[in-house]
Amino acid sequence: MNALAAIFMRDIRLAVRVGGGGGIGVLFFLIVVVLMPFAIGPDMALLGRIGPAILWLGALLASLLTLERLFAADHEDGSLDLILMSDTPLELAVAAKALAHWLTTGLPLVIAVPLLGLFMNLDGHASAAVALTLLAGTPALTFIGLIGAALSVALRRGGLLLAVLVLPLTIPVLVFGVSASNAAIVGPLPFGTPFTILCALTLTSVVIGIFAAAAALRHGME
Amino acid sequence: MRLEGVALACIRGGREVFAGLEFSVGGGEALLVTGRNGAGKSTLLRLVAGLVRPAGGRLSLSDGDPERSIAEQAHYLGHLDALKPSLTVGENLRFWMRYLASAKPAEGAEYTALAAVGLGALTELPAAYLSAGQRRRLSIARLLAVKRPIWLLDEPTSALDRDAQDMLADLMRAHLSGGGIIAAATHGPIGLDRARELQLGAIRPGIRPGTPP
Repeated sequence: MNALAAIFMRDIRLAVRVGGGGGIGVLFFLIVVVLMPFAIGPDMALLGRIGPAILWLGALLASLLTLERLFAADHEDGSLDLILMSDTPLELAVAAKALAHWLTTGLPLVIAVPLLGLFMNLDGHASAAVALTLLAGTPALTFIGLIGAALSVALRRGGLLLAVLVLPLTIPVLVFGVSASNAAIVGPLPFGTPFTILCALTLTSVVIGIFAAAAALRHGME
Repeated sequence: MRLEGVALACIRGGREVFAGLEFSVGGGEALLVTGRNGAGKSTLLRLVAGLVRPAGGRLSLSDGDPERSIAEQAHYLGHLDALKPSLTVGENLRFWMRYLASAKPAEGAEYTALAAVGLGALTELPAAYLSAGQRRRLSIARLLAVKRPIWLLDEPTSALDRDAQDMLADLMRAHLSGGGIIAAATHGPIGLDRARELQLGAIRPGIRPGTPP
């Protein structure tokens, strides 16, 4: 437990200090969402209708942006070698790193939604619905992305490959995240159905992501 | 305690780095791995550290901790320092102490280790401001702060000034006299007398490198 707390706290510290990139994701999210009304035009009804989808897409792209460094930074400075030589199971270390990563990059996206909802002409109720679905869905994005980050760890420019690997896997999360938001805002579907599936997707990706990423890291060290 | 490699072979990128490699090093002994560039010195150390899988042969450690693998009882000091520039010297060391030690490290153990490598005054300095030699010293402090019986040192004296090389030699002698094992890849003398030498790249059948002359 001591070792896991140590790596969790280290990653949080690294993310919040200068150059850590903890705030980059949320800034990117802000830029993407602010650009949308300029591209689409001042059609308030249209913006309100596609708002949840735009927010979800922005959050998806923003969470991808920071994933690349998750293991690559540890690989480049040799930390990953030492992490592998510990008696702490790699799966648990990966899980601790992923949790720290979500807290510093995923959670800020959720917190930014009520503000960004204003740009998308979403009222308080709609913003809350999107924030709730993102709160349930962004862990899935992190843990699915974990697999891509582990697979591309040894590549110098792994970011692009990471996006190509990860984005197709996030389609179900996107589908149910947006449909749960829309169900809460306009109906007619009950909110609970897609939201429950979204939560199930998150739980599944947590389990699969941790084991797949650890296996990829072990294999990638060769 | 005795670390033995039997008929070790390693293939990297389709090329055979070494094959039929045999060595044996006991507690209190040092093994100097020498050889030309590309002979597989670093690869051998990474293999013992469990970071590279052997293509053949086996590694064994007798009288070690049966609950832990060889890698979990070994310190690896590679070319990379495993330091985070935005953390302070003390935070970097404390992290590895908490992560690598199986028991909770003693209070203040990091100060003892940092003082031993001559970084006692720099505990609060971000590691980004350290010179190459100081980064190396901080990595060496890790070996002192967490007790592990096997030290795998890859070019341990690189970037170290003369004082630090003497300090490292003293630390290595202290480790050996405590019954520890050292395997070091090196091109020059590292200040250990009576160390066995394992020369890579010059292995002929019938000769068992690593056996004392």
